[in-house]
Amino acid sequence: MTKLIIILLSAVFINNYVLSRFLGICPFLGVSKKLGSAAGMSLAVIFVMLMATAVTWPIQMYLLNPNNLGYLQTIVFILVIAALVQLVEIILKRYVPSLHKSLGVYLPLITTNCAVLGVTILNIDEGYTFVEAMINSLGSGLGFFLAMVMFSGVRSTIEGSDIPKSFQGLPITLIAAAITSLSFLGFGGVIENLFA
Amino acid sequence: MEQILTAVIPVLIIGIICAAVLVIASKLMAVKEDERFPAIRECLPGANCGACGFAGCDGYAKALCEKPGTKTNLCVPGADGVAKQLGEILGVECEDVVEQVAVVHCAGDCNKTQDKADYIGIETCAGAKLMFGGKGSCTYGCLGFGDCASVCPQDAICIENRIAHVDTRKCIGCGLCTKKCPNHIISLVPDVERVVVTCSNKDKGAVTRKVCSNGCIGCKKCEKVCPLGAIKVENNVAVIDYEKCTDCPDFGVCAKNCTTGCIILSDLSGVHRMK
Repeated sequence: MTKLIIILLSAVFINNYVLSRFLGICPFLGVSKKLGSAAGMSLAVIFVMLMATAVTWPIQMYLLNPNNLGYLQTIVFILVIAALVQLVEIILKRYVPSLHKSLGVYLPLITTNCAVLGVTILNIDEGYTFVEAMINSLGSGLGFFLAMVMFSGVRSTIEGSDIPKSFQGLPITLIAAAITSLSFLGFGGVIENLFA
Repeated sequence: MEQILTAVIPVLIIGIICAAVLVIASKLMAVKEDERFPAIRECLPGANCGACGFAGCDGYAKALCEKPGTKTNLCVPGADGVAKQLGEILGVECEDVVEQVAVVHCAGDCNKTQDKADYIGIETCAGAKLMFGGKGSCTYGCLGFGDCASVCPQDAICIENRIAHVDTRKCIGCGLCTKKCPNHIISLVPDVERVVVTCSNKDKGAVTRKVCSNGCIGCKKCEKVCPLGAIKVENNVAVIDYEKCTDCPDFGVCAKNCTTGCIILSDLSGVHRMK
């Protein structure tokens, strides 16, 4: 049980996908302008990460590994994730149109989100069991959510402040992202000592 | 060979399974699209100019299908013809489209204003504007590199004497040039109007006068003579409110009384200035 909690917390804070591993930077900079869309995107990512892990972990363990096809990991995972996201979109469109509409363009965008692929591959690399892998995906998704929501707050503050002209727009956003990411460095080593 | 096959076949099988699942799912859970959508989309010009305020022609067609209150007269390039067809498909009364044309609010050509410096660099207005607001002595006016002409889908804009001119016979009123102009001196006006202020200089009269003989000096003479109260001098430049400027009893009085001649009668023949 302790191990699961450690996995969850370290995925959220220490190995935060956006701020420490630098995966999924594209939506982090692209969709973090408004709190609403940032939260919507992150929820979609959490959902897809969990689904993707639930499908790719068995494929790796029961299909690829026994047949010595581990090197096909990346291409198979991308294929499966892309199909999965499309399937989820079709289902949502039919049964939960309101959610489909609010997720909008973000859902298909996640198809090629490197954070999702990163989670599924790292789950295998770390040698997690199925439950651990699912917990890790949940934690990674929550970490993504945390980073997105936090950063959208940072950006709305930036928008209201007086910025030198040459820094306006993307430059100041990148600087802010760097400082936000630096702040997560402070979590390093916390979890291990917490349960020691 | 065998190695290749052992790699290709599993991926192929996974791909086929994914494809099959997706096909079945999309067939089983297909959401009915409005059958009027293709017909409506067919009517629209397909220029994707965005003049209707929606994201392209598809966006407008979708809005027409889904929101019953959407007006059918928003397509400016399509004009009355399209509005009529849309009205027939949707079974609603069609409203007349107010056709719009773009006008350039600057007439400071090379005879009326001077250069303050040479500009050698990227030949675009946006590039020239970065360099001390352009090479002309007036920093509000037309930069003359034709960024507007480059986006015009109808080739309706030409640069003459270093000033952009809109051929109102060709202009479809999409408004792409108004967004492109770095000085924001192009605007859309209803096609029926004929009075246009051809200056955008916001400096005080004396300063404007020095840099351009055509410039609006903000004397407010037009404000006083306008029988409809449609002209206001804001930020030292006259602005015509086209909502009010209709059925003028004394048409053209503002142009006649303009001190510097920056208010002009513009006509449909494409001759931008016919003072």
